[in-house]
Amino acid sequence: MGSWVDLVACLFILTGSVFVCIGGIGLLRLRDVFERMHGASLIDTMGLGMIFLGLMLFSGFNLVTAKLAIILGFVLVTSPTATHALAQAALHSGVKPNVDDASQNLLDKTLVSERENIGE
Amino acid sequence: MITYMFSIAAVAILLVMAMTLFRAAIGPNTYDRILAVNVFGTLAVILIAVLGFLKGRPEFLDLALVYALINFIGTIAVAKYIRFNDMGIGTGRDEGGDI
Repeated sequence: MGSWVDLVACLFILTGSVFVCIGGIGLLRLRDVFERMHGASLIDTMGLGMIFLGLMLFSGFNLVTAKLAIILGFVLVTSPTATHALAQAALHSGVKPNVDDASQNLLDKTLVSERENIGE
Repeated sequence: MITYMFSIAAVAILLVMAMTLFRAAIGPNTYDRILAVNVFGTLAVILIAVLGFLKGRPEFLDLALVYALINFIGTIAVAKYIRFNDMGIGTGRDEGGDI
């Protein structure tokens, strides 16, 4: 049993490492804050998820697996929340996303209506 | 074989941590830096877990859990501070733009 499970764990950890590398390259080379958030989300979901799934398969069924599952679930909930808050803060402080004109007009209208709602 | 895989994962994570620090150093905006520090925290969580398994001491996962908690709170707090110049209470109205 052990060897096959270890092989699958190896594959999971290797996949996670590859996704971590892709996310890091994206974080360096993409053009915009919002595009870099895309690379960061790759690390947060696929990188951490695959590596932790591999570690869970390797460790068997014990308390360590429960701790890994708790960390995985927590990060899968909080990472999109933090990214959303950061994107909203950047958008409201005037960082221009790299989009075409129609999307930019729609975005400007939305931002103006939200500022009226806040009362700034 | 699985020990080699842990080493490979640790080296890859360290390389990406270096890339993240570079982005945090040269980031044009404040938001680039916040994003880079957030990703650095997530990579630190993965690195602590992998190093715990590599050294045969999975008890390091408690540290990883605490690091994940602090990482989330810190990112939200810094984003709110940069956006509103304040960490205080809200106005009580339905603030459409509040984080």
